[in-house]
Amino acid sequence: MGLLSDPNRRRALIGLLTRLNAPICIVCYMAGVAWFMGLSFEPFTLRTYMSENAMGSTMVEERFPAGERALATGREFSAHKKKTGGMPVDWLVKTMQARGLEVFTQRFSRTLPFPDENKERYMVKGTNVYGILRAPRAPRTEALVLTAPCSPGDENNQAVGLLLGLAQYFRNQIYLAKDIIFLINEHDLIGMQAWLEGYHHTNTTGMDWSPLQGRGGSIQAALSLELSSNVVTSLDLVLEGLNGQLPNLDLANLFYAFCQKIGVLCTIQGKLQRNDWDSVSGYSHAVQTMMLMVMKQASGRPWGDHGLFLRYHIEAATIKGVNSFRQDKTDATTIGRLLEGMYRKLNNLLERLHQSYFFYLMPSLSHFVSIGYYMPAFGLLAVILLLRALDLWVQLVTPPPRTEDGDTDIDQQSSPGVLSVLTPLVISHLTGVALYMLPIRFQEMAVEHFPVSETEAVVLTAIAIYTAGLALPHNTNRLLTGEGTEQGWRVLKLVAVLYLAVLLGCTALINFSLGFILALTLVPVAAFVTPHVPKVLSAFVLVILSPACTLLYSVFFFHELQEMPISFQEGWLLYLSVISQGILDHYLYGSLVYPLIAVLVYPCWLLFWNILFWK
Amino acid sequence: MAARRCLSSVLLFILCTFSVFTITRCQETTLAGDNGAAAGDSSPADTEAAEQTVEQTRWEATEVTEAIPDEAAADKQDSAAPETVAPSFTPPPKDDFQEELVIRPLHSGDIYASFQFRTLWQTDFTRENKVSHYGLFPKSLGQIISKFSVRELHISFTQGYWRTMQWGQPFQPSPPGAELWVWFQDSVTDVDGTWKELANVLSGIFCASLNFIDSTNTVQPSASFKPLGIANVTDHQFLRYATLPREIVCTENLTPWKKLLPCGTKAGLAVLLKSEKLFHSSFYSQAVHIRPVCEDWQCKTTSWELRQTLNVVFDLHTSGQGKREWSLFKMFSRTLTEACPLASTSKIYIDVTDNPQGEQFELSPFTALLTQAVVLGDRRTYSVYDLTQQITFGSVRSLNLLIRWKSSEGDMLRPLLHAERYVAGYGLQTGEIHTLMYNNHPYRSFPVLLLDSVPWYLRLYIHTLTVTSKGKDNKPSYIHYQPSKDRVRPHLLEMLVQLPPNSVTEVTVEFERALLKWTEYTPDPNHGFYVGSSVISALVPSIVAMDTNRTWESPLFSSFFPCKEESSYFVRIYTEPLLVNLPTPDFSMPYNVICLTCTVVAVGYGSLYNLLTRSFQIEEPSPGLAKRLANIIRKMRGVPPL
Repeated sequence: MGLLSDPNRRRALIGLLTRLNAPICIVCYMAGVAWFMGLSFEPFTLRTYMSENAMGSTMVEERFPAGERALATGREFSAHKKKTGGMPVDWLVKTMQARGLEVFTQRFSRTLPFPDENKERYMVKGTNVYGILRAPRAPRTEALVLTAPCSPGDENNQAVGLLLGLAQYFRNQIYLAKDIIFLINEHDLIGMQAWLEGYHHTNTTGMDWSPLQGRGGSIQAALSLELSSNVVTSLDLVLEGLNGQLPNLDLANLFYAFCQKIGVLCTIQGKLQRNDWDSVSGYSHAVQTMMLMVMKQASGRPWGDHGLFLRYHIEAATIKGVNSFRQDKTDATTIGRLLEGMYRKLNNLLERLHQSYFFYLMPSLSHFVSIGYYMPAFGLLAVILLLRALDLWVQLVTPPPRTEDGDTDIDQQSSPGVLSVLTPLVISHLTGVALYMLPIRFQEMAVEHFPVSETEAVVLTAIAIYTAGLALPHNTNRLLTGEGTEQGWRVLKLVAVLYLAVLLGCTALINFSLGFILALTLVPVAAFVTPHVPKVLSAFVLVILSPACTLLYSVFFFHELQEMPISFQEGWLLYLSVISQGILDHYLYGSLVYPLIAVLVYPCWLLFWNILFWK
Repeated sequence: MAARRCLSSVLLFILCTFSVFTITRCQETTLAGDNGAAAGDSSPADTEAAEQTVEQTRWEATEVTEAIPDEAAADKQDSAAPETVAPSFTPPPKDDFQEELVIRPLHSGDIYASFQFRTLWQTDFTRENKVSHYGLFPKSLGQIISKFSVRELHISFTQGYWRTMQWGQPFQPSPPGAELWVWFQDSVTDVDGTWKELANVLSGIFCASLNFIDSTNTVQPSASFKPLGIANVTDHQFLRYATLPREIVCTENLTPWKKLLPCGTKAGLAVLLKSEKLFHSSFYSQAVHIRPVCEDWQCKTTSWELRQTLNVVFDLHTSGQGKREWSLFKMFSRTLTEACPLASTSKIYIDVTDNPQGEQFELSPFTALLTQAVVLGDRRTYSVYDLTQQITFGSVRSLNLLIRWKSSEGDMLRPLLHAERYVAGYGLQTGEIHTLMYNNHPYRSFPVLLLDSVPWYLRLYIHTLTVTSKGKDNKPSYIHYQPSKDRVRPHLLEMLVQLPPNSVTEVTVEFERALLKWTEYTPDPNHGFYVGSSVISALVPSIVAMDTNRTWESPLFSSFFPCKEESSYFVRIYTEPLLVNLPTPDFSMPYNVICLTCTVVAVGYGSLYNLLTRSFQIEEPSPGLAKRLANIIRKMRGVPPL
């Protein structure tokens, strides 16, 4: 503190910070990126371990015998599905009743804001069927959920079969302490959303559903099962849920522990774990795995049916059966035993899963990076913004050295500054609100006047508004009466930089990946942009680093990571569909990424665009 | 009839008592002959009914009184006692013990067994409190009655939730966990103190955590719980009611309960009570009810009744390997060889109502004796096995009842009244309690009394209370609400609601979750906090009265007006308890680290902010003493200072 209370030393420190501002910023940026890349280096990460005592050392013996019969049930289900041309509700009700469950159905309907071209649906009507296995001598206060989506075509029949097989097996067991709800949901996430909203009697997204008749108390954990072949080579664990929420790490640990015990190959992000961490390829493998997780988390969409549970503080994950061309196959009995083991351990839980981490990244299934390790990477990027803000503040406060009446000068200069700051702030936010509201509102008009479908209309309107925002500085300057002053843009930039710092900080706390990716692109923009840099080049850089372009790179990068490179043409089409999916996710499930980008991040970027074209 | 006079002052229960009394009167008129004669070769009383059955079965000319739920049984006791206890006008024994087992095969293939043990103790409890001689009545309970001036005591321990939709109504309803309600005599001055002490003593007797009963979970219901025995108190300040939904019931609670029986587990029906089988079931409930009853019709003498009940439901799937059959041995891993020698009656009843011709299940060994009773508004037929008769045990000298199902599983039932409850909403700030009450009667509405006791840490917003039926607002005709006091007492909400026919009535109330002090959290805070079951008491229109198209053929003269005696019956149902998560701090090491770091940062930030916002000036060092003196002198002289 003595450093700051001594005016001479303080002046020296501030002088140092302002003089070396640019080099320090560059160093911080590099250090942030390097730190982030170092996270997936195995010696820097922690091995996963089971934190929850109740699931740790308890012995569970898996005895599920009826894999073949489960597959037969799956085939029967598939036959009935073909016959009814959708969800065979009656057959499911009858089958579940025969297995001794309390069976209930729930009808739901939802009209999407615009047609979903990926899944070809617009007016969705469906039925969820669920059976509750009542635990003996339990007072209906706690429940576990096992779900399998009833997908169109030949998908997922085996999952439904296995679910029914497990229901039958568990029905005959005496050790259950929590009710188990076996749910078969139609129209994947929409059905899931309807069921969860019905179960918790909330309505966040304007869906129509019939109220549920039977409940099992508060749900402690849930697993979603996706299985489309009789044998699998490996099981993939999907964790990323709505808005980048993750289930408690113990759920992943549990899955990993049972895969190890039973001897099933397990993957995360579809990537097997490798032992050669010291080789370059081993390291890049880990980087790929973690980057995939970062990308998926940043997208803010639920990557499986489990994703919607997380909003209700229910720990959930999706288990996907993968059948590739490997030699050693795992049959349905083994998968059944794995699930049985997991449910028995979850059944042993005394409290909700809370012991382990909720914020983590996984470079492999056996290693994780906790929030304490990855936050510095973001912190180093965020510090750049604060340094720039300090620099600007010092420039604003220090009077120009030669004038005698510097104080009055500053007053004269900064008084027009208030308006010159407020005007761009308001206008850019109005643009943001337009970007959020208009695409859905104007789709009908757009369809009438242009030869496009509704979905294309929405996406193209969004892109049009986004691009139109780039013309703003011109209009803003016209609105302002006087000339923009040197002090004016400094004040505006100070506000914009602090705004961005707060925005990114909050985002990173909720969804680290999204915050980090945005910081990676927006922080350099915020750091270098002034009205005095070469206009054309800077404008080009600014556009390249804008949120929309970040999304475009992310699409390509994501496919590169998945080792499925795509051409530019495909990438562009995919980009358009990703935008439409993002908007749909917001309206259907309440994903916050689209409003965040439209209403907050994009206006913030526009402020920097404004500064570049300051007159 | 003192009971009638007193009860009639109560708003709701006028109707209840009236109907129940009419039942009693009806029975008295129809019954001819006494119980003892009927067991042998009786002349059937319900002759019109007996004519319809197969030849070899005979009718027992008595009604099963125990099967009526508590409220009704209380009044019925007046008439039932002289018939059963004092046969042929001999002077009654001072103590009396009866035991009974009722077995009801359920639609779902499960089986419901209900044990009833009743000890009557003839003593004039109003005059002398100190009793030194105990016969069949357990001394531990007798001392409690006299020490704490208890008028009525009802305690139940239940593990599991009664599934009304699959099993119908139970004989004795009880909520999951422990429930205790006590009426004290009006001589008690410090009711709260006595209640606390009583709970602690009972906690010791039953090896249960009843000592957790304190003012934060005790309420005084104004209308829902009325005395079941003869009573002249209606002032609910002598009533205390508490539930512990978290209580786990196991063997340690069963053993002291069994020790209260006169024969222990040595003889009689109690030999079947083996814990390894009883706790291998879907539902288990044990209860003790103590109340004063009349000994005779005019209530000249009174006695204490100790009724011990044990209800258990065995699950078809977990115990049978796919075979749909039940036997005493399979249920309890014991067979019966004798009645309790101290028991005046010892019987097994098997509900064969749905099985008049043996089409649903097959019962062996065959018994010729049948009886009928109106249980929960439904006329039921029972096969009776009298254990006091040697012939019941047959040549093998052991009774192993066998029920073999023939048909497959039935569908879900539609009980006339059932209820469910859940917490709506997400997040840890607010929530909403929804209570749904279903009236499945096709054309009659009936009133129900809803009792909700919610712990203080859920802060109810009572202005958000809504009651809706069929989409319309349903205004309760009576509301008794006592707001909670933090850490002192819970919310109490009692409402009298009319349920329209064939409808769902939804009661919702919003609440806020309180943030507890850090020492108030349980050791497992992330498990959640329990909210006890709501209690719904109702007079439900009877099934018999509803049944206009009777399969039961009765004489024309008897069937024109619906019989008033059976028009409605009392039911008490409990909803499921709730498990609510409160905002819980992370009681772990990282949490402590964060707290510590935040403190350090806060302190650091304060000084840093101070430094940044303060402007600094270089101050002249203060002059020495001589200089200051000189300056004062110079000031006086009017010369500028040095």
